[in-house]
Formats: sequence, C-alpha cells, structure tokens
Amino acid sequence: MKVQDIYEKKQGEKLFLLGNEAAVRGALEAGISFASTYPGTPSSEIGNVLARIAHQVGVYFEFSVNEKVALEVSAAAAAAGLRSFVFMKHVGLNVAADAFMSTAYTGVRGGMIILSADDPSMHSSQNEQDNRIMAQLAGVPVLEPSNPQEMKDFMIYGINISEQLKIPVMIRTTTRVSHMRGIVELGPIKPGEKEGFFKKEEPGFTIAPAFARKMRQELIKKLNQLEVIGNTSQLNKVVRKNNKNKVGIITSGVSYNYVLDTVNKYSLPVNILKLGFCYPFPRELMKNFIANLDKIIVIEEVEPFLEKEVLTIIGQEGWQKKVYGKLDHTLPHIYEYNPDIIEQGLTQVLKVEVAEKNPGIDFSGLTPPMRPPVLCPGCPHRSTIYAIKKAVQGLKIKKENIIYSNDIGCYTLAMQPPYYMADYGICMGSSIGIASGMSKATRQKIVALIGDSTFFHAGIPPLINAVHQKANIMVVILDNEVTAMTGGQPNPGILTDRGGEKSTVVSIEELSRAAGAGYVKTIDPGDLDNSVETFKEGLQYEGVSVIISRSPCIMFVKREKERLTYQINQDKCTRCLICLRQFNCPAIFQREDGSIDINYLLCTDCGYCVQVCPQKAIEVKK
Amino acid sequence: MSYKKSYQIYIIGVGGQGTIKTATIIGEAAMAQGLNVVMSEVHGMAQRGGTVVTELKIGKGLSPLNENYSADLILAFEPSELLRTITVIGKNTNIIASCSAIIPFTVSLGISKYPDINQIIERLGKKVNNLHLIDAERIAKEAGNIITANIVILGAALATPQFPVKKDLIIESLKQNLPARSIDMNIKALEMGYQEYSNILN
Ligand code: SF4
Ligand code: SF4
Repeated sequence: MKVQDIYEKKQGEKLFLLGNEAAVRGALEAGISFASTYPGTPSSEIGNVLARIAHQVGVYFEFSVNEKVALEVSAAAAAAGLRSFVFMKHVGLNVAADAFMSTAYTGVRGGMIILSADDPSMHSSQNEQDNRIMAQLAGVPVLEPSNPQEMKDFMIYGINISEQLKIPVMIRTTTRVSHMRGIVELGPIKPGEKEGFFKKEEPGFTIAPAFARKMRQELIKKLNQLEVIGNTSQLNKVVRKNNKNKVGIITSGVSYNYVLDTVNKYSLPVNILKLGFCYPFPRELMKNFIANLDKIIVIEEVEPFLEKEVLTIIGQEGWQKKVYGKLDHTLPHIYEYNPDIIEQGLTQVLKVEVAEKNPGIDFSGLTPPMRPPVLCPGCPHRSTIYAIKKAVQGLKIKKENIIYSNDIGCYTLAMQPPYYMADYGICMGSSIGIASGMSKATRQKIVALIGDSTFFHAGIPPLINAVHQKANIMVVILDNEVTAMTGGQPNPGILTDRGGEKSTVVSIEELSRAAGAGYVKTIDPGDLDNSVETFKEGLQYEGVSVIISRSPCIMFVKREKERLTYQINQDKCTRCLICLRQFNCPAIFQREDGSIDINYLLCTDCGYCVQVCPQKAIEVKK
Repeated sequence: MSYKKSYQIYIIGVGGQGTIKTATIIGEAAMAQGLNVVMSEVHGMAQRGGTVVTELKIGKGLSPLNENYSADLILAFEPSELLRTITVIGKNTNIIASCSAIIPFTVSLGISKYPDINQIIERLGKKVNNLHLIDAERIAKEAGNIITANIVILGAALATPQFPVKKDLIIESLKQNLPARSIDMNIKALEMGYQEYSNILN
C-alpha cells in the first residue's frame, strides 16, 4: 500500500489499514479540514500520515508545540465552524487537561474529535490510565472502536454527534486498536470547509464563572440527550442473543475481539452487548440487556468503567445478579487483555472444559538474551552523555553526589547500563522542574537531560522557575533537530515547509538567555574534548547553566556521498574495552578470541568512537 | 474457513529486521486473495533494537493475537528469539528460524548471556513436528544483499504445505510494499527461500 491510497482510493474499495491510518481516512470521510497533534505512541502514525498528505487533501495540519496547544488550536478551528481533529497519546491528555475540561463547557460549533490513544501494558508509556474516566470527568462523550474499520466509521459518527450537540467527542483507542491492521471498506470522501469564520454570537467562549454556571447546566443537558442517543445508537448492539441462557457479556474496545473469538471457538451460549458509544452510559439499553440475566461478565481494558455502571444499575433496580469482571478478580485489573486471559475468564465462569494444548516444551535453563531498546549506532546522544560522564569523572564528583533528572525521549535510554544516567523522570519537561526542586532540597549536583522537542513542549516554564528561584543546576538540551523517538516529527526548532509555507524557527539559545540562564553554550557532541570541557564549566557554574548539544539524529541525517569508514587497528588496541563497555556503541563487539571489531551492518560511520579510544586504535579505513 | 481453520502466524525478530514489512506483505496478499485478515504490530520504543513481534490471523477471527499453543506458523528472524515464543508453540506449529545470531549489547556488558542455540533446537525438536533452521543470511547474500534475509524466510514459509496465501499474490504484494529498486533482488531471495524449504521437505 502507498500512503496516497489513503485518499486516492474510492468508495467501496478496500485497504489493509493500520488503525491509525484508518483514523486518517475517517477524518477525510468526516469532512475534517483542520487537525493538530503532539506526537506520542500509540497515536503517532496518524500525524505521520497526515503530515505527508494534508497539503494534497486540503487539510490544515500542524504538529503543535504540546498537547494543550494542539487541543486549543483545534478547539479554535471548531469554534470558527470547521470540523477539527486533535489526537494524542493518553498521557498527552493530562497535558491538555485544562483546555479539555473547559472545551466540554464551552462546546464547539463545527464538529470536533479528540482522539486519545491509551496504552494498556505500557508498551511505550509511563502509566496505563484509562481516559474514558478523563472524559467522564470532563463530561465528554466517548466512542470506543474495536478495529480499523470501526476506527474509520466512528470518526464520521463522532463528528456528526459532535456537531449535532455542539460538544467535542472523544474516540478512545488502545495500542492494540491503533496498531492493529485490518481490512477497511472505504466510504466517500467529504471535502471539508476550507475557511472558518468566528461569529461573535451568544453563548460565547469565555468561561468566566457567571458564564460557566450556565455552561454547566447546558453540559448536563447535552449529556442527557447523548444518553438517549446512545440507547439506540448503531454503535451499541446486542451481537448475540440467547434467550435460554441467563449469562451475558458486556464488552467494548479491543476486548470485544477476544470475547467473540472465544465465544465462537467454544460455541458458548451467551448474550453479548457490544458498546461502541460507551459514555454517557446507555443506561436504558444496559438495563434491558441485564434485566433477564443472572450472570453478567463485563470485559473491558484498564479500569472497571462499565462494570461499575452495571453494578450501579443493579443496585438502583434492587436486583440480585452476579457481576464478574475486575472487581471480583475474575479478570485482571492490570495490563492489557489477550485471547488467553479472556478464554480463561470466560471458561471459568461458564465452567467449560478446556483441552490441554501445552506441548510441554522444556526450556528450563535457557533464557533469551535481554534486548532492551538501545540508542542507535551513531546516535549523537551517546556522545553527549559519554562526555557528561567524563566531565563528572574529571571533576571528581562522587557518584552519589550527582543526580541525573532525565526526561521523555530517546535519551531516556541513558537510564540503562553502562550509563545509569536517569535517577528521576516522570513526565514531559519534568527534568528541569525536578532539578529545580532538588537543588533547593539538597546540596547535590543536578544535571537535567532534556531533548529539543521536550524542551519546547514543557521545559521552558521550569527553566524560568529555576532561574528565578536561583537553582544551581546544569541543563543539557540534547538537540538532535527532530522529535526522534516517535518517528521523526518536526518541532519549533526546525525549519519545515508546508506546501511552500516555511515555518519560523525558534532558537533554543535565545529562549534560554531570555529565561535568564547565566551560562548558555552550544557544543557539537562530535567534538569530545570540547564537550567535556564545556560540561565541566557548566557543572562548576553557580546558577543555571544551559548547554545545548546539537547534532542531527542519525536516523534522519542526510548522508554525504563520500563517507569515511572506520576499523580497529589490532596492533594498537589493548583490549581495554572502553569503546565497548563505557561508550557502548552497539556496532562494536568482541570476537571470541578477545579482539575488538566493528559490525559493518550496524556501523553508521559516525566516527564518534575514534575520540573515545585512548590508544587511538580506531582509525580511518584506507 | 471455519473458526478452527483460521491460520495464525507469529513473526518475531529484532528491531530493523523487517518484521512488520514481512507481515504486511502477507496480510495484503491475503486480502487480495479474498481472505479475511487481521494483524497486530508494534511501534515506538521497542523498535530501537528490541524484540519486535508481529502477529496475523487469516480466515475467521477478529483478534490478530495468537492464542496459547495455537500458532500455525512461527517465523523467527533470530534463533534465540524462539525462546520468547514458547507460549504460542503447539505440537503442530510450523517453525522456521534463521540460524544467524544477533548478540545484543547486554551480552558484551556481561549482564545477560546468549543461550546455546543447539540446545534450543534439540529441546524443541523433542516436542514439535515441524522445525527448520535456515541459513537465511547466507541465502540473502547470494540473492544480492543480507537485508533480504526476512524475505528468504518468507519464501520458505510459502513452501510449507498449509500456508494459506498463494505465492503469486505474495509476489504482487511484495512489489507494492518494497522499494522499486530492490524488487528483483527480493523476488530472488523469496524464490531461493522457497527452494531451500522445498529441498528440505523432499
Ligand atoms: S577503546 Fe581502543 S584500545 Fe580500548 S578496546 Fe576499544 S579499540 Fe581497543
Ligand atoms: S563509527 Fe564507531 S561509534 Fe560510529 S557507529 Fe561505527 S562503531 Fe559506532
């Protein structure tokens, strides 16, 4: 499949789409003409695809500086009457929460979709929060697709109810839906409005208390209306009816797939209610479904969101029914589900015999080697963190006296051996805030490590705070001129070209100086000696020092034609293993005879290792 | 296809070995053949040199994730990764693995050990009926470039008797999904893998 297929293929045709790609097609079929995001796994591919096609399909698309701004720009577009789409990973919604809560109150004029990609099992995240609860807190309706086809279809459904009730709609996906590929039958593309116009009509969008009180009333009214719609929505359906059996399953999202596969596999005689429009809870529908059942099994990922509502309904009705789910430990409360967890849970409740299939392979004593993700061979971050280590050693600062507050990006991998340079790191931008606080709480030396994109995202206010409060810290901004971890998106420090419209580049140096940092220097991590000396200065500086280590990410760097290649001069090499064990480039390895060599499949010819070797044994290959 | 006949594929490799591409080629070919197909991929942090698993279900079935001890086919692009597939291997699973080890940095740092591949094969051989190790890197080099090793394994998979997707559709899909310059080389790699496995069978 080519990326153009997403907009070129016609109604009725089929594509094998990733959930995230299906969301893009859905946006085009929904008449969305404005989209924004801050990249984050598992939602990133939506932005990657939009970035490539937005100009051709007449959609305005931006990688915003952070999720809050992304939500605000899309909210503005919707207030101006355009149909807009903002998407982010689940924890991105925490950053956007302030704007999110208020947008529920103000409402929208054009339809607005807020897609939250949750990450149960934390494949690429710091927590597994269930953003259906965030939506409930805000009072925003939630749609939960189970597969790429639904991902596309729900975009259209969501835009329609959003516009009908003038309220933003959340689409909540999880990693296994966002990153599931399936056959999607396409509908017609609906060109969106090209230009909006913000009408100065009542009710406005200013959420001062007097207005907010009215808006709160309105919001509750809208939620009541939405509940009525949900009760008969085509997204909520009884997919199995079995009048004789008094067992029913209520399920949503990806869990539905596991449920149906298991039910089919064992021909289980159960009733199944699938909820695709799960909040506001379609209480009437749920009540009618439950009414004649004795046992209800609720199957959903992360929190017992629907399960608690089922219990509420049963309590209100004064019924006696048994509810199985997370709360009674039939199913686990942590991590994502899979076919086996559901099979086990269902067969246990329904008392079905499961044939033993385990062939009993004995792998005892054999374990696969650990393969944690690593910084790429040639990654400039490795040289930066190596130089920091050297500077710390050079100044004879004891290990226990230096704290590394790290941040979110590829350089988080500095937490691993042999570097161990991540003592604290909780969320985007936290490195500088934590450093600022540590410096007030202790007399230890603090180094904050933060990337260019993360600095723009949430690093500037804490930098101002650190300066203002006279913290004593060294901030290292690892600027690889791209948002690398999520696949190479631009950020405000980079010149981008949107169909001829060039972006304005924002300077990290000027920002740092304007914030009041007393020591600001830029280094090239490729120059090891200078880097070490600069870090020494930065570490000794009293106050806030900012060192910008700038070199492009090796994954996105434009290769010159003539490159030098490197080899180990075995006569000079003393096998000290510094290149291997301290610098730790994955392209360097030790042969069985003890000699050191370079794996040319992995080596990127960056040449960083040349400066690392004390014997000058790594040489240009002639 | 009835439910029981849904065909489950589990592909495991290390970041950069083309795990997702291989699965996408199979998936699009299955769709072209008129079969239902679902696939699960991994993106993000794990792609940086970590283990990458991609799963497919062809035929009936809504979830792409393989069920316990029920994979029909396992393709391992790295032999020690077979240890991570123990939960999906059944008695009749077809297993095709590359014999070329990729040793992670944790081994050179001395914080993890690389297992004895012969042991893995021997223990597996006691319980499963169809296990084949292929020198995919050597064949890939002969085909033109070592990076086609994943396609060599895919070629071998096509030669397994139960593989549900037709070879010519796989080749069509391969043309759609790989860079134009590398198509001839990849088709050669696919054919050589196919031949290698056919020879083993005969
Ligand atoms: S750092 Fe130099 S001397 Fe030491 S093992 Fe590496 S190549 Fe050999
Ligand atoms: S040149 Fe040296 S540091 Fe760079 S990738 Fe090759 S071996 Fe690693």
